[in-house]
Amino acid sequence: MSDAATPIGDEAHARQVGKFKRQDRIFQFVTMGFAALVLASLLGVLLSLAMKAWPALSHFGPSFLWSNVWSVPDNRFGALIAIYGTLATSVIALLIAVPISFGIALFLTETCPVWLRRPLGTAVELLAGVPSIIYGIWGLFIFAPLFAEHVEPALQSVFGDVPLLGQLFAGAPIGIGILSAGIVLSLMVIPFIASVMRDVFETVPPVLKESAYGLGCTTWEVVRHIVLPYTSVGVIGGIMLGLGRALGETMAVTFVIGNSNRIVGSLFAPGNSIASSLANEFAEADPGLHISSLFALGLVLFVITFVVLSISRWLIRRNLGSEGI
Amino acid sequence: MSDKNSIHVGEVALQVRNLDFFYGDFQGLKKVNLDIARHKVTAFIGPSGCGKSTLLRTFNRMYDLYPGQRAEGEILFQGRNLLDKKQDLNLLRAKIGMVFQKPTPFPMTIYENIAFGVRLYERLNRSDMDERVEWALKKAALWGEVKDKLQQNGLSLSGGQQQRLCIARAVSVKPEVVLLDEPTSALDPLSTAKVEELIDELKNEYTIAIVTHNMQQAARISDYTAYMYLGEMVEFGITDQIFIKPARKETEDYITGRFG
Repeated sequence: MSDAATPIGDEAHARQVGKFKRQDRIFQFVTMGFAALVLASLLGVLLSLAMKAWPALSHFGPSFLWSNVWSVPDNRFGALIAIYGTLATSVIALLIAVPISFGIALFLTETCPVWLRRPLGTAVELLAGVPSIIYGIWGLFIFAPLFAEHVEPALQSVFGDVPLLGQLFAGAPIGIGILSAGIVLSLMVIPFIASVMRDVFETVPPVLKESAYGLGCTTWEVVRHIVLPYTSVGVIGGIMLGLGRALGETMAVTFVIGNSNRIVGSLFAPGNSIASSLANEFAEADPGLHISSLFALGLVLFVITFVVLSISRWLIRRNLGSEGI
Repeated sequence: MSDKNSIHVGEVALQVRNLDFFYGDFQGLKKVNLDIARHKVTAFIGPSGCGKSTLLRTFNRMYDLYPGQRAEGEILFQGRNLLDKKQDLNLLRAKIGMVFQKPTPFPMTIYENIAFGVRLYERLNRSDMDERVEWALKKAALWGEVKDKLQQNGLSLSGGQQQRLCIARAVSVKPEVVLLDEPTSALDPLSTAKVEELIDELKNEYTIAIVTHNMQQAARISDYTAYMYLGEMVEFGITDQIFIKPARKETEDYITGRFG
């Protein structure tokens, strides 16, 4: 009983402290190790990609990037077709998804009746959880035939005769191709962009919106002049998140893009994206240049995604600077 | 009780008649009656939760933004009941401006903070707009401090300057009434003094209704004072009278700090 009251000796105290210190250090090392694992795997992936890609890259030189030949029989490979397909489908996806997501987020945060807010918000989030293979099957068997039958001919009849624009909608309306892939992709990225936008719209202080409403602004004016400028950083972040997902999406795109190694100006024409080339060809690729070229494609995708993220970071930083915070 | 509240205030800007207010099931205001005098300062005092801010927010129907909040009764403004469903809210809020407890400059330049509101209602050319911005900033006694940095972000100003910018913004659209919801409670004493001076200036052209926690402030700047408690208008009268010789015991207890 008196033990508790007597102060422990200096020596015992030092021992105790030393033990805690050792435990602390071990704990620190363990957590640091876990964190280092992330960096290590990132570097490891990059390195192994680069090593496997090296034969192709050294064989074709930098022209690998802009060569539009992908021919297994000739053993000649270039990345342009796949890069074009990846970028074109992603850009189409964003062009469609950004305004729609904006509308969804706007409705959810500003005008939606309270009772509908939660179920609708949950539905949007659930949409993000649908496996991409489902989108692929749906795209190929349901969307593509309907698109070929009803939408593509209509687009052709409207834009077909317009110079320049007409070329985008030329060719046989077969339902699969760059445009279809872009549209299916847009469905897949909408939930991501919409939920990020909704979250950032909700961060606008109510009193700031009230001030604008207090001046007599309409909801649109409040959103356009107050909410959007206030949240531009987060909105860009959401769009970039969507872009990141669109660039790397494999299954759904593989189903509907048509997997043809050609670049045709028309959006109706089948094409190929980096991810779908990889998915399609790895299994039966010959060792040597073919396999190495596929690794090189993977490296290109890695770099593109990296650049997209860097740009988004830069935009965000610039944006923070201009707001004078 | 209604007799005590219906003092004669001369020319009337807003007439509140039997106003009830509900937050869902909770009644925030109970049968409030009062007249707000034109081109005078009317102060609302009372402990937190007494309904003074709620009352202020009925004047520009700000509560409309929030489902579940509703007002019943009448508030007559320019001969019409502004609680009427058919009332055009954007127009109403152009006529009855509001400044909040915390300064709320918009995320844009100082110039744009003013021009933005004006542009909602008027199409002015560049030089007219410049003039209007200068006019509004002068009204808010801010022009001298910001005239060389109109293109800087409104958020770069100090708290007191931001609040005056918000007042300039409210004034810029030439409203009839300006509602001030504890406009100085986030400001230092010096900025507070400036805003109070400004309110004294503004009442020559605008009707001002101010909610304040600071009784000295109410005594200093207002012509009429309303003391509210638990959603009811306890006493309303000429400020000097309320502070020197209140008619009701509750009011006296509150303003002398014996409340409780």
